[in-house]
Amino acid sequence: MKIRDIVKILDLQVISGDDLLEKEVTGGYTGDLLSDVLAHARKGNIWITSQIHQNIIAVASSKELSGIIIVNLRKPEEETLKRAEEEKIPVISSSLLAFEITGKLYETGIK
Amino acid sequence: MKPGLSDIKEFRADMHIHTCLSPCADLEMSPKNIVREAKRKGLDIIGICDHNSAENFPAVEKNAFQEGIKVIGGMEITSREEVHVLGLFGNERDLFNAQAAVYSKLKGINDEEKYGIQVVVNENDEVLDFNNKLLIGATEMAIEEVVDLIHKYNGIAIAAHVDREGFSILANLGFIPDGLPLDALEITDPSKRDKINGTKDFVFITSSDAHFLDDIGKRYTCFLMKEITFEEIRKCLYKENGREVII
Repeated sequence: MKIRDIVKILDLQVISGDDLLEKEVTGGYTGDLLSDVLAHARKGNIWITSQIHQNIIAVASSKELSGIIIVNLRKPEEETLKRAEEEKIPVISSSLLAFEITGKLYETGIK
Repeated sequence: MKPGLSDIKEFRADMHIHTCLSPCADLEMSPKNIVREAKRKGLDIIGICDHNSAENFPAVEKNAFQEGIKVIGGMEITSREEVHVLGLFGNERDLFNAQAAVYSKLKGINDEEKYGIQVVVNENDEVLDFNNKLLIGATEMAIEEVVDLIHKYNGIAIAAHVDREGFSILANLGFIPDGLPLDALEITDPSKRDKINGTKDFVFITSSDAHFLDDIGKRYTCFLMKEITFEEIRKCLYKENGREVII
């Protein structure tokens, strides 16, 4: 499944990286401790988090994650969005909480 | 010892001690008890760093003054990312201006039943008030804003317990953001200081993070400097003119 499909099915809002939605999603990871994500997320995963700090882009980039979904309508910092463009990481916003969005993604078949 | 540095002496400092103002600290952490214990442990300098507040600093300082112990006023500020940062300040004016700035970014009311009581005391260990802010909570400031705030009031900014799994910059943010102007890092286990990636350019201190009397001075930092002043400590962190920090 591509990021574009997820955005459509779950009616999410793309904040950054409109042109990056063809990336393939291989699975998901949910977490707010960046050290934990660095240790356990896998290449191609979509990452569900409430963190909005610029470090999330570096983590997503170094782990080659397919994108980041920021939950609960939290607004990423300006610097975060700037880096997202530089590193070509799609950043997506959801009004849902981490538990809900993770559950919905799982239902779509992303595991 | 390097030439010309014969006037440099060694001072023992435990820069991270909580008082009964922190909801998670023991009620025995009163000004008189803290100073007595610090004296017993042979400390020259103590830092008072309650969560997001500094209201018990004056009471500790009044007791310590009589015992010849220097107290540095500070706060353990929680950033939006739930990273703990120690802000240490050189005088009461800067400290309380910084506290007002922190309070303006701290939402929520404490629940004494769940989190513990937050006791403000005077120099005789008498209760003055109960702070009702959610001191255990996170401020609405990004870590960059927390460090800026500390520096705005001429303070020293130290990322707290970087080697712990909770509320530390490395656990929560994965690594130290490029260019973040921290003055030092606090480590709980000094034997691990060379094993933490991306921190070799930082100066380390170690401290007890005491929430109980017994823990005061359990870990301490030695400052090699001329005399006990806040500015000398700052110079130590930047290794000015032969000054050093030993953990």
